[in-house]
Amino acid sequence: MTAITATVEGIAASANADAWLVHRGRFLDATFLLGVGDTSYLVRIHHGRVEAIAKGPFVMPRATFSLEASEAAWRTFWQPVPPPGCHDLIAMIKTGALALEGDQLPFFANLRYFKELLALPRPSAQTAAAAGVR
Amino acid sequence: MSANPDFEPAVGRYLHLPIQGKPHRLYVEEAGAGIPLVCLHTAGADGRQYRGLMNDAEILSKFRVIAFDMPWHGKSSPPSGWQRAEYKLTSRAYVDTIMAVVDALDLDKPVVMGCSIGGRIVLHLALEHAARFRALIGLESGAHAEPYYDLDWLHRPDVHGGEVCGAMISGLIAPTAPEADRWETTWHYMQGGPGVFKGDLHFYTADGDVRSRVAEIDTAKCPLYLLTGEYDYSATPEITRDLAARIEGAEATAMPGLGHFPMSEDPARFLTHLRPVLARVLAASKAS
Repeated sequence: MTAITATVEGIAASANADAWLVHRGRFLDATFLLGVGDTSYLVRIHHGRVEAIAKGPFVMPRATFSLEASEAAWRTFWQPVPPPGCHDLIAMIKTGALALEGDQLPFFANLRYFKELLALPRPSAQTAAAAGVR
Repeated sequence: MSANPDFEPAVGRYLHLPIQGKPHRLYVEEAGAGIPLVCLHTAGADGRQYRGLMNDAEILSKFRVIAFDMPWHGKSSPPSGWQRAEYKLTSRAYVDTIMAVVDALDLDKPVVMGCSIGGRIVLHLALEHAARFRALIGLESGAHAEPYYDLDWLHRPDVHGGEVCGAMISGLIAPTAPEADRWETTWHYMQGGPGVFKGDLHFYTADGDVRSRVAEIDTAKCPLYLLTGEYDYSATPEITRDLAARIEGAEATAMPGLGHFPMSEDPARFLTHLRPVLARVLAASKAS
């Protein structure tokens, strides 16, 4: 099993390598708290680029909004073909697996950006099949 | 210039008709010949969702497939004066629109197939006008849907409506859907007019609640088929099963690998589930 911290921190390089994603986030400046079980990360985005992903614990974290789910939920979400209900951020909010709190405006104004950003650790089904991952 | 242009079979025309006493101009597309099959698009989308059916030679050889864009949607116009009031779809307006189109086209006992809000309104049709239809097919049908996000996000000046509507529904598409059809489906949502998706969801989440009445549906008067994609987290297979359990004779089928827009997100996979239903409609028509 991949260390979850490496997976989360790997989002920065993947995002910044995706010029179209960065372009679509060009009006976005936000720091959001990503909760993975008991571990928190502060993800700082500037003009669509992920400038830093800092791992907690934090004494007084400041974030525009937070997205928090269990480690198991994120691992399921990052499967090549996740099962129904675990395949989408809004689906996970509906089931209660994911909690969204704080100022939701930047999240909804850039919803496609955030959905694609947080799906970056998900291998494509083809890549996964080639690597023998399930 | 090509001597042999690569046209699809569908032909689209604009239909003028009164709906609830007001003049309307609706875009109607159709292909094929045979039993009329009227197809109702989802909230905030339009008839292009049925392009798979409109291009299926086998279906077109037996059915006259008709898809119209609801007022405010696709290439249909909103009624004059639209700029002075918020658009909110009601059960009454939705039923009246469908019946007005059926009457204007003089359709003889058509099949009506609707998805999502269309899957809901076929329940209203079953309650109010069962004798007018040969069969009703509900895709992603439920008797009610609880809102699971603040619908105001869909229509406000500081959030781009097309971007947020497209992104909101993207997860209702199964992860296995072909890329081109997934993004075609999303594009339709990105093209909706301001507040139209939200206005349709007024029917879906509030006005169209039919839980207290579905048990009165008489499937002996008109058969009801329900097909729901397993990746649909809005109208889940459980919600459809719960609906079917309340209606004697209704048949519910869960469709693996499909989401909330089966006919549009993965037409080929969807047709494997629809063909047996249409075969039964045909068999019943021949028997009667």
